[in-house]
Amino acid sequence: MVRCRTIIDRLSEYMDGEASSELRRTIENHLRHCRRCSAVYDSTRQMLVIVGDERTFEVPTGFSERLHRFIDQAIAPA
Amino acid sequence: MDDDRRQTETTEALLIQNIRDGNSALFHDLIRPYERRAFLVAWSILRNQEDSEDAVQQGILRIFANLGQLEDPAKFPQWAMRIVENEARMSRRRRRGALYESIDGDEDGDAEPQHVRPRQFADWRELPDEALEQSEVRSAILDALNSLPGIYREIFVLRDMEHLNVAQAAQVLDIGVPAVKTRLHRARLMMREALAPRFARPSPPLWKRWKGLNPWFAAGQ
Repeated sequence: MVRCRTIIDRLSEYMDGEASSELRRTIENHLRHCRRCSAVYDSTRQMLVIVGDERTFEVPTGFSERLHRFIDQAIAPA
Repeated sequence: MDDDRRQTETTEALLIQNIRDGNSALFHDLIRPYERRAFLVAWSILRNQEDSEDAVQQGILRIFANLGQLEDPAKFPQWAMRIVENEARMSRRRRRGALYESIDGDEDGDAEPQHVRPRQFADWRELPDEALEQSEVRSAILDALNSLPGIYREIFVLRDMEHLNVAQAAQVLDIGVPAVKTRLHRARLMMREALAPRFARPSPPLWKRWKGLNPWFAAGQ
């Protein structure tokens, strides 16, 4: 039986599609049987979907306008 | 390298050439695709919107002033983000003051723990944004990011929020590919750990616990 620690240590590799087929099988097999590790895996993946979505984390309102106004004034009058 | 990036590089190289030749109005177009990344890079260091915006502006100024020194236009994204990053670091140093800096050291020198062990096993497989308002999700993420040591915050922002690939992130941070992967993995686990208490669903109904559907209810106590 693979230890949970080993699985957790390799989770990113697995999520990023960099795991060998053997490691992939080992991890998938472990996740099917280990509720703790599968909870960690599912929530991590879920987190990545949320933080990776541009709508979740927007720059401050007006940031772009202010930046380009600044460029206009300091550098490059349009 | 993918075709999109190659095409962008060609366009960027032309823009850079034209700006160097004196058409400085084109600088707007050169910067536009990198605004968001610049903000996130600065924000990941300064943790404060106003300071980050200032740092981005100062960084942009510096990018313009030094554009003539950029030898390889293909390296513009990394080069430019490095300038913004430096600007943010300088701003942080100024903010802390010289006294603090000498006692405090640089927080980016944070020792890297060998392992990050999940402790929060609460189940939040359900989409948290179904339960939480968007603004709550955002503030939870910001708080979690703020709780991370600098080196982890930076890599997390670049890879998982800005979607740079491993090689690009390695270039921006000037670290090796293995270090990118190790830090990113730790950063993700730390983020998950920090978010778990806020994203976890309330205790499930008793019958679910009885059926053993959420053993972490007990484990998390």
